[in-house]
Amino acid sequence: MLERMQILICGGTGCLSSHSKEIRNEFDKILTEMNLKEEVGLVMTGCFGLCEKGPVIIVYPDEIFYSHVHKDDVKDICEEHILKGRPLDRLIVRDPVDKQKVKNFSELKFYSKQRRIALRNCGNINPLDINEYIAKDGYLALGQVLTTMTPLQTIEEMKKSGLRGRGGGGFPTGLKWEFASKSIDPQKYVICNADEGDPGAFMDRAVLEGDPHSVIEAMAICGYAIGANQGYVYVRAEYPVAVERLNYAIDQAKSLNLIGKNIFNSGFDFDLEIRLGAGAFVCGEETALMASIEGNRGMPRLKPPFPAVKGLWGHPTNVNNVETFANVPVIYLKGADWFKSIGTTKSSGTKVFALGGKIANTGLLEVPMGTTLREVIYDIGGGIPNKRKFKAVQTGGPSGGCITEESLDTPIDFDNLIALGSMMGSGGMIVMDEDNCMVDVARFYLDFTVDESCGKCTPCREGTRRMLDILNKICAGDGTLEDLDTLESLGNMIKDTSLCGLGQTAPNPVLSTLKHFREEYVQHVVDKVCKAGVCPALTNYVILDKCIGCTKCSKNCPVNAISGSVKQKHTIDLSICIRCGACKKACPVNAISSKPEDWSHEIHG
Amino acid sequence: MKSLEDLKILRDQAKKTMEMRYLSGGIRIQIGMATCGIAAGARPVLNRFLEEVATHKLNNIVITQVGCMGECAFEPIVEIVENDGTKTVYAKVSERMVSEIVEEHLIAGHRLERYTLGSIKR
Repeated sequence: MLERMQILICGGTGCLSSHSKEIRNEFDKILTEMNLKEEVGLVMTGCFGLCEKGPVIIVYPDEIFYSHVHKDDVKDICEEHILKGRPLDRLIVRDPVDKQKVKNFSELKFYSKQRRIALRNCGNINPLDINEYIAKDGYLALGQVLTTMTPLQTIEEMKKSGLRGRGGGGFPTGLKWEFASKSIDPQKYVICNADEGDPGAFMDRAVLEGDPHSVIEAMAICGYAIGANQGYVYVRAEYPVAVERLNYAIDQAKSLNLIGKNIFNSGFDFDLEIRLGAGAFVCGEETALMASIEGNRGMPRLKPPFPAVKGLWGHPTNVNNVETFANVPVIYLKGADWFKSIGTTKSSGTKVFALGGKIANTGLLEVPMGTTLREVIYDIGGGIPNKRKFKAVQTGGPSGGCITEESLDTPIDFDNLIALGSMMGSGGMIVMDEDNCMVDVARFYLDFTVDESCGKCTPCREGTRRMLDILNKICAGDGTLEDLDTLESLGNMIKDTSLCGLGQTAPNPVLSTLKHFREEYVQHVVDKVCKAGVCPALTNYVILDKCIGCTKCSKNCPVNAISGSVKQKHTIDLSICIRCGACKKACPVNAISSKPEDWSHEIHG
Repeated sequence: MKSLEDLKILRDQAKKTMEMRYLSGGIRIQIGMATCGIAAGARPVLNRFLEEVATHKLNNIVITQVGCMGECAFEPIVEIVENDGTKTVYAKVSERMVSEIVEEHLIAGHRLERYTLGSIKR
């Protein structure tokens, strides 16, 4: 029997961790009890992108979008909506921008401004059912390429499309394929780089979890183009759901002979295996990644020779990122010209961004290249919550830099972001507001790269460590103006002399904050003040006259630094205070301030 | 997979189960399924519609349930909303009538006047 309704439940990692699996099981149980099991379909999909609202479900054919669903709501949804056809008003998502209830999810501004190519199937199909992928023209591109195109034509089409590597570098994919195809060797390899390591970036995970077949199909196409019949997906073991679904998808594709021997009767063989990484950031660098697949310690080596000439086990290898691969099948289905018509002249297509930090709609989104940062942050992201002021946006994760208010109208593409002193990176986008201390932000990223440096080359191993020492000193209030100059020269030196991309980009967060927020650094070293109230040694908390004496602050203080009687203004003993900010959060009337203009007056005046 | 044709056959089969997620326009069959409708036997009618639409391989049709339409005495009520917005309301629909409605109304395009709410009420 055909189903009359389908309930799509988000099975991305974000929603899974807020118990979407339990919600699915509950639906299963209640629909069985109500004898509706046969006519209502339950589908666990990949990430919908609107993680902020999770767990989310969509009920078709009405396209009703429910957010923040709890297990206890399932019964109501079944009784009201599924049985009687009355959508449950209280769970219907509200547009974060205008707070209006949104009946039909395509009305959501979050989605209407997007253009989904790499994420075309995420949240739309069941990743554990190859038939759903096939229904959406899956493997059709592979079939067409294998039966109607030569490898050379395949590469030409890719070059024409202008697709550039989405892992961060932005190298033209067609050229990469061409290099690998020109190397003469009976054994070649295709690798999918799924070692996504940037803090705050999760687009590759979403694709692998939501649409694993698109990557499998694309890798087979790439194998055909360059003459490789073995592929590896290098994915971190920290992505258990992605690994599980990918494994499942590979088995399904094998059982239909969509990968394996003599695919589509074309004589082309392709096999695919997963290799698990231990989650080292440096293994996202292709030579380190290959070393790790070979079973060696994951460390980069000098290039050239490039992987296209001498890669995995000494054989020519092509390495592409997950998102790059996810774009490939569509390019062959709709043509290179169609793909080139999207985006800007030098960067065609779309880009997926993982939006995080101080933003209303935390989540995953995909926009055409050339969309401005302002559109992404305000129109799709819904702006900064709690009426705070925008300060900067960090793109490209630990390798990128900060972009300030003045540059928000720059169209996003590979070259524009580099010109702004940042980079595309894998597409992490962290929004910061006035409560973020930029010195602390730079320190956070540097702390990450110091941890992740493999230690092979001195500039990266020792240099980043020294930079971190200086930043720690500044945050502790012991910095000098000279330190800022040292930071700058050290940073530039590390960029110039490091072996691989990790070291070459590690100083970027520091250098870009030094460029755009130098006055904040100067306040830290000269005035010994952290305006944002983040660095504990440079912050003081005071209670203002509007205190109503509710005693909440003193009850919340972990070190009993606050004294005062009921209905009287309280005071903080700064010699005991550890600057944790718990009192500020607890105060119902905003009477506790960490602003320097308040406390310098209290203390000195 | 042996050929592109094999894949296309598989695709067309798979598409059917997912169609409701990508429908635009098309005919809507709305079945009144409040307490009154359910008590009058709307559920077997709905199931019958699903079966009939599947066996006739009809595309672009949404079968959905709606709340009470107010004419509880005439349940089960089935409303057919066409592309251009024309509405036909069938009343006291039985399982037997469903195949007739599908064949005459949905396939041949003739409204079955004798089953409409207007004529039954009279």
